[in-house]
Amino acid sequence: MDFDLMITSLPKLLSAAVITLKLLSASLIIGLFIGFLFAVLRLNKNPFINKFAYGYSYLFRGTPLLVQIFIIYYGLGQIEWLRSTFLWVILKEPYWCAIIAFALNTGAYTSEILRSAFQTIKPEIIEAGKSLGISSKIILYKIQIPVAIRQSLPAYGNEIILMMKGTSLASTVTLMDITGVAKHIVSTTYKPLEVFLLAGGIYLFMTFIIHNLIKYLEKKYSFQ
Amino acid sequence: MDLLSFGKTGWGDELFYATLMTIAVAVTAMLIGFLFSLIFTPLKLSNNKFLNFIGNTYTTVIRGVPELLVIYLFFFGGSGAIMYVASIFGYFEYIEINAFITGSVAIGIISGAYSTEVFRGAIQSIDKGQFEAAKVLGVSKFVKFYKIILPQMLRLAIPNLSNVWQITLKDTSLISVTGLVEIMRQSYIAAGSTRDPLFFYSFAAVLYLILTFLSMKLINRLEVKYSRGF
Repeated sequence: MDFDLMITSLPKLLSAAVITLKLLSASLIIGLFIGFLFAVLRLNKNPFINKFAYGYSYLFRGTPLLVQIFIIYYGLGQIEWLRSTFLWVILKEPYWCAIIAFALNTGAYTSEILRSAFQTIKPEIIEAGKSLGISSKIILYKIQIPVAIRQSLPAYGNEIILMMKGTSLASTVTLMDITGVAKHIVSTTYKPLEVFLLAGGIYLFMTFIIHNLIKYLEKKYSFQ
Repeated sequence: MDLLSFGKTGWGDELFYATLMTIAVAVTAMLIGFLFSLIFTPLKLSNNKFLNFIGNTYTTVIRGVPELLVIYLFFFGGSGAIMYVASIFGYFEYIEINAFITGSVAIGIISGAYSTEVFRGAIQSIDKGQFEAAKVLGVSKFVKFYKIILPQMLRLAIPNLSNVWQITLKDTSLISVTGLVEIMRQSYIAAGSTRDPLFFYSFAAVLYLILTFLSMKLINRLEVKYSRGF
């Protein structure tokens, strides 16, 4: 074990962790919007709309994230007319391609989590609200959404951790996140064990923090 | 469609064999995962604190670290580690491990961590009274496991194992970084030489969708079979 290398690599890996966290938070925020939108579409009674929403989630959950990134980063650039639109400004950057792929991916999983959370809300709760003369908009905002958030917290916590691990794929499209930097250091020092173990330790620490944060939120928002 | 024809001009046959390779890696990894869960599930359920700690460390560490990093560690660190062990026994030649083996073992260890959690959950949700009842009736340990625990455990575990299988199947795409020619790697090669990445990566996505769809059908059948009589 080359401990000196580990000590000199640590600051480099930690500054790369900032990129990992940026990718993660941007993807999660966009993904949450997408997930919420598609969860609502899934619950729509129109068969065309809910089939479309199901198709989206099936497509993104049934294929590897790596394929999704490659389609967006290498594939979309091939479409001639896309290159002439303003979208090209975004799509030529690996950073944004990664975020788009991650957001669409986590959006698909989030929509499943939120859909099942909405479905487990007892209809009695909504009926009770209605019988009290509360408008359906307020029922949605003050009853359904808070209950659904509480129900989906444990599953969403898992999704955050899965997504954090997923961001390591950004290194395959040249981004210097933790995995990207680790691989770069290994390619110059030929010491894979030391560097990859250290990088793994940083990911593990981040998992630990997220896990405890979700646990705290679960406790805070639990029904007494 | 010419791109997908079989023979020298198209990529059809190459992609077909690559799909078989993906299936082979996924099945091997899943089996290695079962082997790992066979060792680690009892450790996680053990009352012994030390054994318990080992079981928990395995599942926590593997599930907390990116799959890609585990594969890199095995691929780049694997031969070094094996050569180190070999040098203790007095063998100093260069040892290169096959990409199929490194990949399957790496994915297998990941898959095993998830299956261990599934089996632990399934066993824990079997009513404790049944273990006691079996004890009182003097049922032997072997019969208790095969006739009482296993059938109930499988029924509870199959839906979750189906998720583990899907994760394992999709994780095999990461082995492409080691150069093993499975769906992803073959698509990368085809995309590079034809300059048509959109077509080949989309086709790869379709291949994965077919695989996940077919395996879901198969697993649903198993689920019906093992739920019979309940």
